[in-house]
Amino acid sequence: MAYEMDFGPVLANTDVLLQGAMFTLGLTAIGTLLGVGLGIAGALVRAWRIRPFNYLFGLYVELIRNTPFIVQLFFIFFGLPALGLRLNEWEAAVLAMVINLGAYSTEIIRAGVQAVPPGQIEAASALAMTRMEIFRHVVLRPALAKVWPALSSQIIIVMLGSAVCSQISTEELTFAANFIQSRNFRAFETYLATTLLYLAMAILIRQLLGWIGRRYVVGAR
Amino acid sequence: MLNSTRSLLTALCLGIALASGAAIADNLEDITKRGVLKVAVPQDFPPFGSVGPDMQPRGLDIDTAQLLADKMDVKLELTAVNSTNRIPFLTTGKVDLVVSSLGKNPEREQVIDFSDAYAPFYLGVFGPEEAQVSSVDDLDGKTISITRGSVEDIELSAVAPEGATLKRFEDNNSTIAAYLSGQVDLIATGNVVMAAIAERNPKRLPVMKLNLKNSPTYVGLNKDQPALLKKVNEIIAAAKQDGSLNDISEKWLRQPLPAGL
Repeated sequence: MAYEMDFGPVLANTDVLLQGAMFTLGLTAIGTLLGVGLGIAGALVRAWRIRPFNYLFGLYVELIRNTPFIVQLFFIFFGLPALGLRLNEWEAAVLAMVINLGAYSTEIIRAGVQAVPPGQIEAASALAMTRMEIFRHVVLRPALAKVWPALSSQIIIVMLGSAVCSQISTEELTFAANFIQSRNFRAFETYLATTLLYLAMAILIRQLLGWIGRRYVVGAR
Repeated sequence: MLNSTRSLLTALCLGIALASGAAIADNLEDITKRGVLKVAVPQDFPPFGSVGPDMQPRGLDIDTAQLLADKMDVKLELTAVNSTNRIPFLTTGKVDLVVSSLGKNPEREQVIDFSDAYAPFYLGVFGPEEAQVSSVDDLDGKTISITRGSVEDIELSAVAPEGATLKRFEDNNSTIAAYLSGQVDLIATGNVVMAAIAERNPKRLPVMKLNLKNSPTYVGLNKDQPALLKKVNEIIAAAKQDGSLNDISEKWLRQPLPAGL
């Protein structure tokens, strides 16, 4: 009872798959930009103990890191309308990804910020650098340089985790795969193609982040 | 060797066919003489048939079977079946009738006979009372939640206008949740799922806007049993007249019996 491979029905839907992949990349790009931004803010507030925000961020980080992503997503999409906040599937997906990555990157970047020796900041003040300059050049950049590999991994995890957004009818790559599979029942071929696409996207993002890291974060000290 | 095995098998099959042929010679007379009507009902398909909290079968099909037995003035003996074995149970003479949310199709009609329809079973687009939808074209600009890969997905995808947005979810529960939380305007599903919504959230009960596919349920019975078929049809017709089938539909499906059934 050998399984007969037939990639025809999958290849016929290449455009659907590629469109799904584009949406996944778009979701990841927006989620990463906003999420890492949130993470930087959170890391500073937490590392420098700026009250009362450090407590709020602490609560937020614990809440998000200790609950499943799919539950957060369902809460935003199916739950919030009960409170009058109705987000469509894209808004809900982006919001869920941003708050999720925001929480994880807060902790990752905080580790980097706390690893900056206090003497380095004092030296910068002694050189009459403004607070903003100290923050940008003396704290953030070395901090990001230290945690860049961990942060890159977290971004990849968020990209792969966006597959879950298919559950609220967000038409990203996994949604496209499920859709094609439900029409032609070619599960092996469809998910093989999808797996390869995710793999290619993950490698692409890793290379891109590696390049950004070398060019702008780690290298240009 | 192969040949003799084959002829042995053929003989065996013939024997079984003859024996089962004898068994299904049962007709209306036998049922009345026996005083027992044996009916196959589902136990895994609410609201048509499921096992109640008291471990007794309950549901629309069970009530219909009871109605048939009462009108024939015999006792009812239920046999729980599933959708794959319900027809074999009938053709091998283990039951007299199948009242098991059975739909009619040509393949089945070659094997068994069907009575008149006794309950509605359809797929449709449902929405709030005030939604103005009376034809497929009215779906333009609307968002509709639908369970991916379901029969209604296939049906609606084929006819929905360009401007309609189908939001496909993994399972019926998500499809329902999307509708109940107001994420979509309409919901495409079956009347059975609608009954489940009615049970949980009767305040926002959607009403049917479009019928996508109609497949009412029939009582199945063995071929060449004109007396039994006639009796079953008479009972169903009378029950439609006096409203007892409508009561059963209201009770289990939360919807009146459609006029054209």
